[in-house]
Parts: sequence; structure tokens; C-alpha cells
Amino acid sequence: MNGQLNWFKGGLLLGAAFLVAVAFVKPIGVSTQFVIADGIVWNLFSDTVVQKNPESKSGYSSSNAYLNKSGGKYAKNIANPINYSFIFVLAMVAGAFLSSRLGGPQATKMDRSAPEVWRQRFGENPTLRYVTVFFAGVLVLFGARLAGGCTSGHMMSGMMQTSLSGYLFAVGAFAIGVPAAILVYKRN
Amino acid sequence: MTILLAILLGIFFGFALQRVGATNPQNIINMMRLKDLHLMKAIFFGIGVSSILLFLLMAVGVIDAGHLSVKSSYGGVIVGGAILGLGFAVAGYCPGTSLTALADGRKDALFFVGGGLLGALIYTLMYGSIQGTWLFNKIAGGKVMLATGSDKFQALLPMIPGTLLALIIGGIFMLIAWKLPDKA
Repeated sequence: MNGQLNWFKGGLLLGAAFLVAVAFVKPIGVSTQFVIADGIVWNLFSDTVVQKNPESKSGYSSSNAYLNKSGGKYAKNIANPINYSFIFVLAMVAGAFLSSRLGGPQATKMDRSAPEVWRQRFGENPTLRYVTVFFAGVLVLFGARLAGGCTSGHMMSGMMQTSLSGYLFAVGAFAIGVPAAILVYKRN
Repeated sequence: MTILLAILLGIFFGFALQRVGATNPQNIINMMRLKDLHLMKAIFFGIGVSSILLFLLMAVGVIDAGHLSVKSSYGGVIVGGAILGLGFAVAGYCPGTSLTALADGRKDALFFVGGGLLGALIYTLMYGSIQGTWLFNKIAGGKVMLATGSDKFQALLPMIPGTLLALIIGGIFMLIAWKLPDKA
């Protein structure tokens, strides 16, 4: 079980994680928690962004249309950060740390700035990598929120449940992602 | 109790992502440029196995079908998926793997997470002005799945028994995982 697992064992482990999550609670999702994290910070500086509201379905409402969506459920989770979905995402980091300590694959010092494929193409200067990846992060989370989920929620959890949205999302992501990767990094 | 489950299930998922190599952007970039499909095989296999077990266990009543949560289908799912796909291919990170990559000590993941927080904030602020547009027009009725099995969500193919359909789709996913070449 040391190092990186092959596709068979790795697929089983990954599948098991998605299955037990839906068996015990609900399908796995991650990207919403970026909104919740933003909201928690915003809420520190604003008295109006999240308010108790007995007329709202969740008991909370927001002056922001997105946080007020679906009966204010995002507003509620911002007001109560110790909720299932937010703690789940924090625990993921702990789980990855545990795996890395217990014989999982290791990143070299150079890998920690940029993966090898990047260094071969764009050189060793990490600044270009950091700036590019920052803007890629903006795109990824903006896209995930527009889509209503990310690789975990739409692609894995979605297709596991045979939801149409999961297939649509995967088509959109790979139709642009594959040519983009080939254009940026080439095939060789 | 739910918080304890959040901790245990979150640790399990993070552990799995790290161990399968998904926290390494090299693997994601090489998957997207069709160079090394090990991760794609693992993803297809994982979806296939979990889908088959999910529908079987729901059919025998071990898993409560009320736990399913099918997301809505609308134009923005494809457009958003495409925008995500671009960033995913260049960075080699998605939201979940960027956070777990922090545990590998990857500094570029930190910049990705920072950008992600900004992207999520931009969307939060923009939502009010785009919510009425075509991007949110429903496709095939919105919250739909292919297979029957849930009372909450409509099935697109109700003429086929849900468990059988899920077995077939899951089987196809497993077959693709098995047949895809490891290195290209």
C-alpha cells in the first residue's frame, strides 16, 4: 500500500470514499465551501451579510442574492461554520496529511513549487507558476460555482448517481480541458 | 454525531485522494494532455464500482435513497464545467485536490486556493446580475438522473429498471477503466 496506488486499488479506494459518504450522510462536494469560507470572513466585517430571519426556510437570510439562495442555506452555514460540509472539507486536508505520513507518495522540494511537467516547459522560476495557478484558481472556482459543483460533486458524485448534470459537466470540462492542456504543455 | 461523521468521512476522502496521486498536479496535467491515464482509469473505476454498489445497496434497502442529492442540469453546468476545465488543465488542481495538496507541502496549491477564494467571491457578487439569464435555463427538467431509484428525482429512462441500468452504466465505466491504456 506504499507510494501511489495503481488505478485498480486507487479506484477502489476512491470509490469507497464516495460510497460511504452517500451511505452515511450525503454525496461528497467541495467547491461550495470556498463560498462559505469567503462568507465567514465577510461576515466578520459586515453586520448585514448574514442575518437571522425566522421567515426564511433556513432561519437565516442574506443581503447577497447568492448567499440568500435556496432559503438562505449558505447564509446559515456561514453563521454556523461547525457544520457537516465545512468540517468535512477541513478534515480532507488532515486525511491527505495522514496518507502522506503513512507511506503515501511524496513531493520533492522542487515539486512543491511546480510539477515537473511545468518546470520542463516554463523553467524553474516559481513566480510564473504561482501567478498562473492563482488565476487558474479564480477560473476553477468561478466555473465550479456557475456549474453548481466541481470534480467531486458533479463528476464523481454526480455520475455515481447517474445524474444528467454530472455527464454534462464532465463533457464541458474535458472538451475544453484536454485541448487546453495539449496546447499549453504539448504532447511531448 | 454529524460532525464526527464529517471528520471521519473527510479524512477517508482526503486519504484516498492523496494515495491515488490526485494531489499531484503532474498526474492531472498528464491526464488532461492524454499522456498518463492512470488517474483517469482510477476515476472511471471508482465511479463504476461506487455506482453499482450504491444502486444495489439501495435496492436491498441498506442505503437510504433519501441520501441521494442530484444536482440540477442547466446551461451553466456545461459553461461552468468548461471554465473549470481550462483552469484545471493549466494548474493541475481542482477544488478538492488543491486543498489536500496543501498537506503535501505544495506551495503552488496555496496560490490556487487563494485564487479559488477570489473566484468564488467574484461569483457570489455576480450571481444577482446573471441569475435570470439563459445560463440558468433548465435542461431536461433540471434535477434528473438516468436511472430510477429515488422518489425525489425524476428518471430520464424510467422504462429500464433503475438497478439494472445503473449496473450497465457502472459496468461500462469499469470496462473503460480496464481498457484505457496506462501510458499514451
